[in-house]
Amino acid sequence: MSASNSKRGSYFLITPMALVFAIFLVIPLLTIVVVSFWDYDEYRILPDFILENYSYLLGSSVTWQIYLNTFKYAALTWVFTLGIGFTVAYFLAFHVRSLTWQIILFMVCTIPFWTSNIIRMISWIPFLGRNGLLNQALMGTGIIHEPLEFLLFSDFAVVLADVHLYTLFMVVPIFNSMMRIDRSLIEAARDNGASAWATLRHVILPLSKPGIAIGSIFVITVVMGDFITVRLMSGGQSASVGLQISNEIGLLQYPAAAASAVVLLITVLLIVTALLRLVDIRKEL
Amino acid sequence: MAITREKRPVAFYFLAAFFALFVLFLYGPMLTIFILSFQGPNGGLTFPMNGFSFHWFVNLFQQQAVGDFGGSFMRSLKLGLIVMVVTVVVSFMAGMAFRRRFRGDTVVFYLAIASLIVPSILISLGIGLLFNIFEIQPHWYSSALGAHLTWTFPFGLLIMFAVFNRFDPSFEEAARDLGASNWQTVRHVVLPMVAPSLIGVAMFSFTLSYDEFARTLMTAGSLNTLPLEIYGMTTNVTTPVLYALGTLTTVFSFVVIGLAFGAVVLLRRRKA
Repeated sequence: MSASNSKRGSYFLITPMALVFAIFLVIPLLTIVVVSFWDYDEYRILPDFILENYSYLLGSSVTWQIYLNTFKYAALTWVFTLGIGFTVAYFLAFHVRSLTWQIILFMVCTIPFWTSNIIRMISWIPFLGRNGLLNQALMGTGIIHEPLEFLLFSDFAVVLADVHLYTLFMVVPIFNSMMRIDRSLIEAARDNGASAWATLRHVILPLSKPGIAIGSIFVITVVMGDFITVRLMSGGQSASVGLQISNEIGLLQYPAAAASAVVLLITVLLIVTALLRLVDIRKEL
Repeated sequence: MAITREKRPVAFYFLAAFFALFVLFLYGPMLTIFILSFQGPNGGLTFPMNGFSFHWFVNLFQQQAVGDFGGSFMRSLKLGLIVMVVTVVVSFMAGMAFRRRFRGDTVVFYLAIASLIVPSILISLGIGLLFNIFEIQPHWYSSALGAHLTWTFPFGLLIMFAVFNRFDPSFEEAARDLGASNWQTVRHVVLPMVAPSLIGVAMFSFTLSYDEFARTLMTAGSLNTLPLEIYGMTTNVTTPVLYALGTLTTVFSFVVIGLAFGAVVLLRRRKA
């Protein structure tokens, strides 16, 4: 096979994927950018070039509150998923000794990821509700006398559901990084008198950084754009950027939704660019 | 065997307990709705159980109780299968392409990463707007299919990267030295070796599509997929029929996962 022939082969093989990304990713995103400058009335969207969508969006104090709220969800979810995800990955990678058990326990963690997110959110209702299991248990033991109201339909419920849904996004890449750490480095640290804690702190943690960065990218971007979790778990009492966009879509205010979408996209890209400075994704596969 | 092993450090037991709690956290809530879906006919959305019955499962299949459960399930099933086949074929092709450098390879790679991190609602909005402007009617098999592919392709491609990074090309060279054509080499050497990973891609893409909500929201047209139907139910259904649906669709997901694992094990055994 000659060189030019094999080149042509590569282009032939990559064309279907490139086409789908062009039609269903690039062009739609460009459409959003274009429409964000359009005008609209109650019935339709009108091609135009106006800046009102942006000036209205950025000039409204509601927008800033919503962004603050979304950052709060993202930050809290990030802290908890990282803490739990790192601990779980560390246990699997360094304390479970046989490969078979590592695989089995890893599968146990990943299987819920392949089931419906919405069902997984709903499944908290009988647990957290006013007459839910947790309140019943707490009242039964006499710890509280009135049911706790903040458990369901609150910020607490939103973050809990996010952590429940997305901790896996941390476990997988961190576990992957940890499995690549040369075991002789751990032995060397131990031979030189490092305690298990010191080894964790000075050997394992730095070498797990790429996994942590990839996991963080996943968790933060998914929470920044989320709207279903916020709507279902806050019971309509809180807002997020994604929810604002979905509400504007519901009201057929597409240009306003598009402007919100562009601002969200820029925000997410800035966060990702910052995190990508910590890791070369292609090297991690 | 246990005798030869060194003693477990204390930390092991703390970490094992932590892991057990994590697993409980993952599965506990699912278990509660599983139990509650067998609530008696007069039972409510929370404990205590008011008898035991299949009432809510029966209720689920009666047209008037829920919107269009059967229709939306069939649409999600068909869509998931189409997404699965397309993702497996296209990801395999792209994975083969990426084994050599070619002009624009980094562009495609970063498009895949972008596809993964762009919030789903933006994909939904963008495709919805695009179809709206060009006055094309969105359907689950056109716009929603495209939206789902932007979600499954990155996973498929990344899995293929992981596979081919560890792939020994000397098998193909040997096949070619023995006179195999390009197609024969792919068909009889490469494909059997990567088959278990392709089953992984298949399962990934089917379940991701089957459960996808945000990307379907503005792209499904007038007919709902199952996640859209379930979402609609959360706002206007206040009986355990919701849990019955949750239980059924989760069981279905587990069956799919089980089938995929069974297939991988079978392939491994045949090779051995």
